[in-house]
Amino acid sequence: MEHYISLLVKTIFIENIALSFFLGMCTFLAVSKKVSTAIGLGVAVVVVLGIAVPVNQIIYQAILAPGALDSMMGVTDPKESIDLSFLSFITFIGVIAALVQILEMVLDKYFPALYQALGIFLPLITVNCAIFGAVSFMVAKNLTLGESVVYGIGSGIGWALAIVLLAGIREKMKYSDVPDGLKGLGITFITTGLMAFGFLSFGGISL
Amino acid sequence: MSTDAKKVLTSPIVDNNPIALQVLGICSALAVTSSMANALVMTLAVVFVTAFSNLFISIIRNHIPSSVRIIVQMAIIASLVIVVDQVLKAFSYQLSKELSVFVGLIITNCIVMGRAEAFAMKEKPVVSFMDGIGNGLGYGFILMTVAFFRELLGFGKLFGIEILPLVQNGGWYQANGLLVLPFSSFFIIGLIIWAIRQWKPAQVEKD
Repeated sequence: MEHYISLLVKTIFIENIALSFFLGMCTFLAVSKKVSTAIGLGVAVVVVLGIAVPVNQIIYQAILAPGALDSMMGVTDPKESIDLSFLSFITFIGVIAALVQILEMVLDKYFPALYQALGIFLPLITVNCAIFGAVSFMVAKNLTLGESVVYGIGSGIGWALAIVLLAGIREKMKYSDVPDGLKGLGITFITTGLMAFGFLSFGGISL
Repeated sequence: MSTDAKKVLTSPIVDNNPIALQVLGICSALAVTSSMANALVMTLAVVFVTAFSNLFISIIRNHIPSSVRIIVQMAIIASLVIVVDQVLKAFSYQLSKELSVFVGLIITNCIVMGRAEAFAMKEKPVVSFMDGIGNGLGYGFILMTVAFFRELLGFGKLFGIEILPLVQNGGWYQANGLLVLPFSSFFIIGLIIWAIRQWKPAQVEKD
């Protein structure tokens, strides 16, 4: 249990997917003008990551990992071992796209209020690199199924936290006098840089 | 080359830069810019993927049903990225380890998707190919500029060759530790955007 809690804290703060790996930056910068939309998108990312990472973990370990299909196909000679890991990119992106579609339909049917609130954000998430990035890190870190659930939810919460914070700062920044050339995107970049600087201090925590 | 094709090729580099103006493809721009060599490889990979995905999508644009176009585009892009990844692994394993998941993340790099959706679905193959190269280069331009400053001032080197002799090695240059950290690229990109907008005031965002 302790192991999972420390993994959760680590993925939210120390290895924050937005502020220390810079994933999902396109949406992060584009959809952070208002706190309310940022919260909507943040929740959607938590849900999709919480499902996509474990599902891809199962698929990777059961089918794509080197040697995973050997026993099913009756391969005993290690030289003929089946390695499908080169197909992982295309599989992951397909699984993510399919999951987002299914999630959209389920929400539409059973939770129409939530569907209305998330509406436009769900399809956007397919191309959010935070999802794909977290799935790739899951493979690179060789997580177990339990760890991947925690990792998915943790990185989702971390991303949501970062985008809500940035949106809060940007709402206040409307009242500040920014040089013309820096208005909008420029100052947002610099603000995000300073936030990442702040999050760096979590790196000192040892778990 | 006709003036049209030339314009399509050169305008994304400054006038309509994918990173500085269209807010596309930022994620990978930040993490791989610690050295010029990494940035160059990433640029080549993105130019290749964007150009060919634009070309192929443009060729079959009249045969793609619009309801499944995202999946079709994804399949083409993912296949191209797999090619890049496998080539890198085969010929430059060290480099592919350094770029780690960021090669895979080209799939979700919004530049590729964005250009496929916004340009290649409407235009003829050759022009789309040019547009892909142009946008890839515009991305590369920012990437190389950021990497130039980070490697020169952070490590005193360019492409691994010592330019400013470091104090540790008996030289005179005290390396700037801030620029070694990944988030320093936020500040550099913010300043590049400022510089571009001072030069081309038409790009300044209105409140």
